[in-house]
Amino acid sequence: MVVTASEGSHTEDPAIPEGHPPTATGLSNEKVAMWAFLGSECLLFGALISVYLLFKGQSQPNTITPKNVYDIPFTSVSSFVLLMSSLTMVLALAAIQRGDHRRLRIWVLTTALLGATFVAGQMYEFTTFYSKGLKISTNLFGSSFFVLTGFHGAHVTLGILMLLTLWNLSVRGKLPANRSETVELVGLYWHFVDIVWIIIFTLVYLIPS
Amino acid sequence: MATEAEIEETAFPDGGAVVAHATDEAGAPHPHKHPTEGQYVLIALLLAAITGVEVAVYYISALGDLLVPLLLLFAIVKFSVVVAFFMHLRFDSRLFRRLFVLGLGLAIFVFTVVLTTFHFWSR
Repeated sequence: MVVTASEGSHTEDPAIPEGHPPTATGLSNEKVAMWAFLGSECLLFGALISVYLLFKGQSQPNTITPKNVYDIPFTSVSSFVLLMSSLTMVLALAAIQRGDHRRLRIWVLTTALLGATFVAGQMYEFTTFYSKGLKISTNLFGSSFFVLTGFHGAHVTLGILMLLTLWNLSVRGKLPANRSETVELVGLYWHFVDIVWIIIFTLVYLIPS
Repeated sequence: MATEAEIEETAFPDGGAVVAHATDEAGAPHPHKHPTEGQYVLIALLLAAITGVEVAVYYISALGDLLVPLLLLFAIVKFSVVVAFFMHLRFDSRLFRRLFVLGLGLAIFVFTVVLTTFHFWSR
């Protein structure tokens, strides 16, 4: 379904082209801010991934290494779950853009549930590693692994809270179709945690030490 | 090289919903198309298939030195597809693309320097 320019518009000034927010760039300031924020997040996760890569082979001999603890089939399923949550997120955005609030709520809740499944899998993984003797203070591998994946898990958890807030707003009728950009901004954040996991899954889990 | 306007016309010749506006290279506003829901599902299936191949490749010990470049290639493809289609960077304003690429490029540059400084590549 086609959403017309006026439905998604913030424009009130007749001098500004229809469909454009009344800003100097003609773009939504919130969206510009979100992209700038995501650009800066690349540096945060770049730092954490680099530290992991530098530290993972530097632990004391005879301590736990990635090969001792990683469960690739389990983490692959977790990765698949997070990847599919990106699909449900984009379907939620498509739903609100055509004014289908029922489907918006279904897809937002599905995305939150998939995210929660991923976080639950991560908690299971952490407790399994802990029971095998890998703690944050065990060695350099443990420290860098838990900090990197823990930061990512915290981002996913924050994303789930944002999704539940969206769902709550929609249920209370406070998320009309002309505020679809709110869903888009949460979606951008959600997709970002997904792409970060794509990199972590490859660099941390799949590439052998 | 195709302009953004041309890319938008050719990316989804069989459809796609007009959902927002951006500016073309001349700065003029024009409507642009996002993928349809069916196309999103197809993209997700592609991503799932790549993930499956990625994990399968991990278990093929015969690949030897080819394993790491292959895994990196798969990750880059998945990353790019999500950013381009799910995050709509292929269709949105160039300013968003520049902001994200600036952060990503800076991260890659800075941390390549860091890893090189600590002799990571020669280990």
